Amino acid sequence: MSIKNTPIYDSHLRAGARMTDFAGWNLPIQYTGIIDEALHCRKSISLFDTCHMGQFTFKGDIANCGIENAFCFPISDIKIGRCRYGFILNGIGGIIDDLIVYRIAADELMIVVNAVTTENDFETITQDIGDGAEFENISSITAKIDVQGPLSRNLMAERFGDEIRSIPYFGFIKKNILGKDAIISRTGYTGELGYEIYIDAYAAAELWDSLCEDERVKPAGLGARDILRLEMGYCLYGSDIDDMTTPIEADLGVFVVTDKEYRGIRGILQQKEQGVPRIRAGFITHSRRSPRHGYKIFHDDVMSGEITSGTFSPTLDSGIGMGYIDTGLAKPGTKVVLTDGRVSIDAEIAEFPLYKNGTARNK
Amino acid sequence: MLYPDQLKYSKSHEWVSLDGNTAKIGISDFAQHSLGDIVFIQLPEIGASVKAGDSVCEIESVKAASSIYTPVSGKITAVNDALNTTPELINQKPYDAFIFIVEMSDPSETGGLLDSKKYAELCEKESGSH
Repeated sequence: MSIKNTPIYDSHLRAGARMTDFAGWNLPIQYTGIIDEALHCRKSISLFDTCHMGQFTFKGDIANCGIENAFCFPISDIKIGRCRYGFILNGIGGIIDDLIVYRIAADELMIVVNAVTTENDFETITQDIGDGAEFENISSITAKIDVQGPLSRNLMAERFGDEIRSIPYFGFIKKNILGKDAIISRTGYTGELGYEIYIDAYAAAELWDSLCEDERVKPAGLGARDILRLEMGYCLYGSDIDDMTTPIEADLGVFVVTDKEYRGIRGILQQKEQGVPRIRAGFITHSRRSPRHGYKIFHDDVMSGEITSGTFSPTLDSGIGMGYIDTGLAKPGTKVVLTDGRVSIDAEIAEFPLYKNGTARNK
Repeated sequence: MLYPDQLKYSKSHEWVSLDGNTAKIGISDFAQHSLGDIVFIQLPEIGASVKAGDSVCEIESVKAASSIYTPVSGKITAVNDALNTTPELINQKPYDAFIFIVEMSDPSETGGLLDSKKYAELCEKESGSH
């Protein structure tokens, strides 16, 4: 498979970004430095190119066409102008993807999914949709730009009008930007007050460049994005959750209901009833050493789990991570050793979010 | 990318500054650039005897943990303590921020090191292959 460029590729090169292959896409890993970019997002405004992500549109009878069966959370009752996070599961309750469903109109949805899973998600959801509904993969013509940081509301209101100020967390508005229909939602992957803009791919570079002109704004790469989401305890699909992991094991049971039919519900019911042997937890090293994906977790010299993501957190000035550990040990304060056989790092279990001062939900 | 002419370089991206039997060692501009933001370094122990090619200390950037190798054999006589609290000096000034000093037991080993021109070619090739 050849590697794809997003519509913003030229702007990244002009800004001196270092590029990397992420899920088959050429994306910036960093511009000036990962730490600088992560800290900037916590105090000002950062822009992220997230054009690699997938979008689908649905038009039809949401409650009765079968599409509910694809999601382990209710979608028929999402209010127009609101969106909801959740999962599509396989037959045993494993996570096929984590995604966000937008209620565009009484009979319209937009579904936003991860890049690597886009094709498979589309096929999976298609199987649940009966006749008479339209379901379309608009990923290739849709760009996505994330505007994240405590000052982002001011910038967005200055650019797109005061109605931005009244968008609630996990709410969105439709807006004409640069002559194109766009959607602005109050969502993100950083834990900061922020917005995600969905717009025609042809307008993406112009929008990006114009937002970059503001002196409060800096572009941020995947490196900073990974730190910011890990500080919040957000999962990265493919690293922290996958089709062998259920939402219950991932400690994301709050996004799963049991009072409707959907694929994978039997696995979920069983785990909710009987519990799970391993569960996702957060870790903090209290040193500048960081665990990495694949490090084993030892408790009292007994191997008790594995790290799925780790990095250095500049805001906490400490190594942090997440991983799966024996459920009985998953209490904040439990002392563990994280090791790849060469490096051993003392750490303790810590409650999510690891970074407590995120502004995402600020009124 | 800078590769000062007065230094020698190893294929594993350490630089070596020679003064008689003393070798001052750090990591190159290419190496610090590839690692990205450096957040931690575990310095080697003073007095340790090391052989050329040994992994002598650990360095961590935001992205990854890696080893630093000594390009020459001998005894470690000094380390750069400033890096304990400010490892980012390696990002800022890779050729000022030495990591350790070796009193060489076999100075002829330095014959196998690269000059700045050959080292620049190596880096060129490695960055091209990414």
